[in-house]
Formats: sequence, structure tokens, C-alpha cells
Amino acid sequence: MAMLEVRNLRKCYGDLEVISDISFDVNEGEVLSVIGPSGSGKSTMLRCINQLEKITSGTVCVCGENMITGERNGEAVYASADVLKKIRRNVGLVFQNFNLFPHFSVLRNITEAPISVLKIPKEQAEAKAMELLGKMGLADKAKSYPCELSGGQQQRVSIARALALSPQMLFFDEPTSALDPELTGEILAVIKELAAEKMTMVIVTHEMAFARDVSDRVIFMDGGVIVEEGAPSELFGNPQNDRTKQFLKRYSENTFKGDS
Amino acid sequence: MDLTKLLPILAEGFLVSIKIFALTLLFSIPLGFVVSTLKMCKIPPVRWIINAYILIMRGTPLILQIMFIYFAPTMLFKADAPPDRFWAVIVAFSINYAAYFAEIFRGGIQAVPKGQFEAAQILGFSKMQTFFKITLPQVIKTVLPSIGNEVITLVKDTSLAQVIAVSELFALAKKQASTQFSVMPLFVAGVFYFVFNWLVTVLFDLGEKKLSYYK
Repeated sequence: MAMLEVRNLRKCYGDLEVISDISFDVNEGEVLSVIGPSGSGKSTMLRCINQLEKITSGTVCVCGENMITGERNGEAVYASADVLKKIRRNVGLVFQNFNLFPHFSVLRNITEAPISVLKIPKEQAEAKAMELLGKMGLADKAKSYPCELSGGQQQRVSIARALALSPQMLFFDEPTSALDPELTGEILAVIKELAAEKMTMVIVTHEMAFARDVSDRVIFMDGGVIVEEGAPSELFGNPQNDRTKQFLKRYSENTFKGDS
Repeated sequence: MDLTKLLPILAEGFLVSIKIFALTLLFSIPLGFVVSTLKMCKIPPVRWIINAYILIMRGTPLILQIMFIYFAPTMLFKADAPPDRFWAVIVAFSINYAAYFAEIFRGGIQAVPKGQFEAAQILGFSKMQTFFKITLPQVIKTVLPSIGNEVITLVKDTSLAQVIAVSELFALAKKQASTQFSVMPLFVAGVFYFVFNWLVTVLFDLGEKKLSYYK
């Protein structure tokens, strides 16, 4: 079953078209990686799907709910606030810069939304948060504040924060781009674990080796369009498009050296 | 006249000063928040009005604004009687300080990283929840030093109320000074202001310390 259906997605800022006509599906339990050069529209696409940016035209269907109902005067018409809220509850997003709340403890960062948005009793929310923190290897940091944690630890907290709302699907917007290579490993391990649990995920990333290892499918984007799409072995092993080849050349020379 | 007679008189005036101080804060801080929100409003005419208001409030002397509030009803609008002196002072102080607070709050709100609002939105917080749980606590931490500045200025500014003959600390001290041919009452009034501001400073330092648990 398709958890996410994106059809003919377009996003313009004034006259500037940053995403032009993108369509793809993500099935339940599938891990999709989106790679491509900076400015190719990967993050914008993710932000459009997560309602942080307004879509210019096209449709997005999340867990069977249509986010866009039509088009009027060259602008996408959004579904009712109730539907949008429902969609929001089904998905989670992990940011590049973590965006933890600095004035809340680690525990409260995770429990605040379940308590005040989903109205889950405090004890229950805290029990779940502790369980998630344990899974992230951060059980001893529950009382700490974000500023006392390393970047990798902060990102793991933000993943726990997203998981606390039990999303059907999780989006990652360059989750390791703000981290050094050592800390990057911590995050990738967590995402791999989630993949093993069959969490449906869309990961925008610059970590080619990771995208190759963890994903079921990879999309290569450039200039606001999907240039190539396929299984990681095909896309990384035998890219068809010249632009893909050119982009991956640098990585195959560096990242994959002695790796396979 | 000895100090034992002077002090009760000045203390009475000081009580009026403190009332002006407290009521001004009570009204100007929430008003400042409203004004700062309106200043960031997307509707241009609303912003123009707010900009004009802030320009006038910060661009003209407070002493003049106090006189305007007190005298305008009778002189410009043909009211039968002037407003109550004390409340005229409170109104003038409140709208004046709200303009300053508004700009401080705006700075504080704009200093909250955009990612905080996006995270709140993604997690499903309502606009009210986002403001009270996420934005406001962070704004308070950012603006506290600037607010401290304004509050200390306000303590001293209460002396301007004498211009429409409100018997606050400075007015009474001046009266005592002229009847006694002595600068002693003025000096003592100065000590009152100083000690009170010392207290205000200590309180703000405590507040800042309390909020220093995170960066």
C-alpha cells in the first residue's frame, strides 16, 4: 500500500520554479532516500510534503488522506484544517538542525507534544519517552538540557521526539549534515534500526554509502526534477543518466573505496 | 526640620511613585506585547499606524505626553473637567512605555530561530500553545536585560508626574526643599530612588540567573 503519493508536485517562489513536476510513491515499510546536489529541491520537496511550504500545484496523499483538493487561480487548494491536522499526526519530521526546545529538558522535549497535543496522560508519555531514550542509548540524559548534549545526542533526542507521537511515517531532512563524521555514525545506526523495524521513511541525505545501504529505493534529484530512480544497487552500481553518473563519480571515488 | 519628620512625608510620596511604577508595568507590558504583534502584522495599514504610534511615543518627551493626556480633554475636546491627575499619569506612562517594550519584545520574538516555530508546527502545537510554551519563555530570557534597563528608567521617570501636580516623591521633596531652604529633602529623595533601583537590579539579576540553566 502506498503511504505517500506525490503527483505532479510543483513549487514556485514567484517566477522561480524550484520543483517542477515531481511524482513518486512510498510504500508501507519502505525506506526511500533522496539524493542530489544542493539546491536541487530535495529539502523543499520534503518541506512541501510536511506543510512547511505551500505547494504551487500537484497533489500529495499521505496515508490515504488528500492534502490538496484542487487548484484555483494557479494555486493549490488545501484540504480542511481537520484533514491537514490528521495528516500532520501521521507523519514526523527530523530536522537538519535538530530544533530541540532549548528551555525544556530532554524528557520534556519528548513528552510535551504527546501530553498537550495528543492529550496522553503525563505518566504514560514519560514512560514512553524513557523507553525511546533507552532505545537511543540516552536514558541517563532525560534530565539534561539540549545545550549539554553533543550534536549526535541532540539529533537522537529529536528522533525520539518525533517517534513519541507514533507517526506512520518519518521524514529526515539531511539529519547528519550538521554533524561531524563520528557523530554521523550514531544517527545512521539509529535510522538503520528503524529501517529494520519496518518504519516507513523518506531520507534526504548527502551520505551516499548510507543511502546505498539502508534504502529500498533511491531518487536522484537535480534542478527540481527526478533525474533517476531505482534500487540502490542499480542507481549506485549502474546509473543510466549522465547527470547521475557525474554526481556519483565523486562519491564512488572517495566513499566507496575499499568499501565493497 | 529633622529626618524623623521628613521621612514620613517623603515615604508618602514614595508610595505614590511606587503606585505609578507598578501600574505602569501592569498595563504597559501586556500592551507592549500586543503592539509588537501588530507591528509584525502582515496588513500594511496596521503596521503604518503602529509605526506612527511608536514614532510619536519615542520621539516626543514623556513630560509633554503627560501634559497632553491631562490637558487635551478640556482644551482640545471641550470636556467639562480634566481627567483625574493620577490616572492621566498612568495612561501617559503606560502608552509611552508600551512603545519601548513593544520594540524590545519584537527583537526578542524575531531572535527565536525559525526552526523553533517549524518544530512546534510539525509536532502539532496550536498557535496559542506555541506562543505560551515555546516562544514566550525564550523571548523572556532574551529580553530580560533590556527590560531591566527600561524598568530602572521607569523608577526615575515617575518623578515626571509632578508636572501635573501629582504628589509623588520628587514633588514632595522639592516642596520640602523650598520651604526649608535646604537641599537635604532632595538628597534623601535621591537615596529613595537609588535604594529602590538597587532592589530592582538585584531582582533582575536573580531572574537572569534563574533562566541561565540553558543557552
